[in-house]
Amino acid sequence: MTTEDKCSVGIVETKSLTFAQPPNEMLLECGRSFGPITLAYETYGELSPAKDNAILILHALSGDAHAAGFHNAHERSPGWWDIMIGPGKAFDTRKYFIICSNVIGGCKGSTGPSSIDPQTGKPYALSFPMVTIQDMVNAQRALIDHLGIDQLLCAVGGSMGGMQVLQWVVSYPERVRLAIPIATTSKLSAQSIAFNEVGRQSIESDPHWKEGEYYGHPIPRRGLAIARMIGHITYLSEKSMHQKFGRKLQDKAKYGYDFRTDFQVESYLRYKGDSFVDRFDANSYLYISKAMDYFDLAQPFGKLEQAFASVKAKFLLISFSSDWLFPSYQSKEIVSACRRVGAEAIYTEIQSDYGHDAFLLETEQLTSLITNFLTHGSKGAS
Amino acid sequence: MGDLGEPIRLNDTGTTVRLLPEHRVIMDLIAEGSRVLDLGCGEGDLLLALKIKKNVRAEGIELSEACIQACVAKGLFSVQHGDLDEGLANYPDKSIDDVILTNTIQVLHRPLFLIREMARVGKRCIVSFPNFAHWPVRWQLFAHGRMPKTGKLPSEWYETSNIHLTTIIDFRHFCQKAGIHILQEIPLRPSGPGQRSIVRFAPNLRADSAIFVLEAGPGMMSDSAATH
Repeated sequence: MTTEDKCSVGIVETKSLTFAQPPNEMLLECGRSFGPITLAYETYGELSPAKDNAILILHALSGDAHAAGFHNAHERSPGWWDIMIGPGKAFDTRKYFIICSNVIGGCKGSTGPSSIDPQTGKPYALSFPMVTIQDMVNAQRALIDHLGIDQLLCAVGGSMGGMQVLQWVVSYPERVRLAIPIATTSKLSAQSIAFNEVGRQSIESDPHWKEGEYYGHPIPRRGLAIARMIGHITYLSEKSMHQKFGRKLQDKAKYGYDFRTDFQVESYLRYKGDSFVDRFDANSYLYISKAMDYFDLAQPFGKLEQAFASVKAKFLLISFSSDWLFPSYQSKEIVSACRRVGAEAIYTEIQSDYGHDAFLLETEQLTSLITNFLTHGSKGAS
Repeated sequence: MGDLGEPIRLNDTGTTVRLLPEHRVIMDLIAEGSRVLDLGCGEGDLLLALKIKKNVRAEGIELSEACIQACVAKGLFSVQHGDLDEGLANYPDKSIDDVILTNTIQVLHRPLFLIREMARVGKRCIVSFPNFAHWPVRWQLFAHGRMPKTGKLPSEWYETSNIHLTTIIDFRHFCQKAGIHILQEIPLRPSGPGQRSIVRFAPNLRADSAIFVLEAGPGMMSDSAATH
């Protein structure tokens, strides 16, 4: 417990906003109108009188609104990006007003498949509409409007959070000054869709899944845990797994010659899978991973550079050398499109062995880049 | 290097940079408000000086992650981590006013490929390189039979990254071969600490480096279109 830490935002609380009340529902990309929608969100720091210091943090697949600080004095670990958010950190709460919300479709306070459908009084389950990255961003826009912010100083996120950053600057070019998409892509590769599909199949083949109608019954633990195990493999690199586990055995000196855990890497994955099940909803996993698959920023425009034609934001794009899930060439394609339309963009590939997970781990390099980018980028007229 | 002059004060807020003498010559070649791409921009000193003094749209490509960090710290917003040997595919034809390549062509694997890329993308190209026909270089090889080491070429032969060294005369032939037209040659020699002056007489012998201002020749664009 480190809430006494000078670099921590301390005790925080999750707030929520409900909007799109019928009949004023939000039109989703799939064509359905949907409402009411609740977004869970947290804020850290103070909004300036000119409302020009707001930074929107966008989370990845399994993230939530709790990006920094602690919910109470007993919470063991802080928010998911605490190392980057707080007094004196990259997203310095003495200077900036930080907002992070849970995506629509999620299971951490925002409306998702596990939420109660007010019309039936039961969880939506698979009657929840298919949501997309665009829908997530449109919902966040309602939150930003509610907070009275015309223009975000910055939108930032890694992985699926980076997809939302890209969608923000394309959909609302007047409303974002600085964009920091990290370890992300304008569209998933076939390989990444393939891994997502195996994860979904794992959930759907669990007998407890029951076409998503498992609320109030035993949940599809095995299916979701295996989906998470597969995910974890894709977040690491061959080298980082080798360094972390090698062929070391777990609590034994010799092979067991059975199917219990022998290797440390098996034990690690099982632990990661099992602990994920306690904090995440299987249907949310299906919906959100599908939203990532559908994301293709260029598709409505024909070419990626046309998507960026009206973009006003300055970009800081970052990829990691060992990330094979969102490889550097995908970030370079975005830089390329920026160059072609004359948008200002910094691109750097950080040398790292951590794979895709590097966006949560290479904090020293990220802190230096982001601190300078925000300092210079927040100067001058918006 | 060891060749940096006094810090140059760029504005009232005290921003200063230290520029190589050849960078100071290049500064004078750049038009106010133009779009400039510096290949191998290092820590971004030239780009920052051009941005503040000449109000250019300053863009850079750099191989070193640490240098990109330094550029971001200087407030440059268009620097990109990349390998020049991969070319300039991001840039449409004639999208840049001046493409700059200082003291770098000799480390590239494919100089001919890059110079053609520069001439495709840039309305003008500005290239500087150390002159391997400078008399102290010749002398070391001639009199001592040793691989030359000079201020411009400081490394041992087994450690140098210079794999494509050239001379002023060879560079002219190279431009001809590439279908590139030479607009201006500026041979330089040291004339005091951090200073360079223009060599008028016997440049290939007396200049330790040279700056060439280039543009695509009449035949080049159709040539490169055929090979792309």
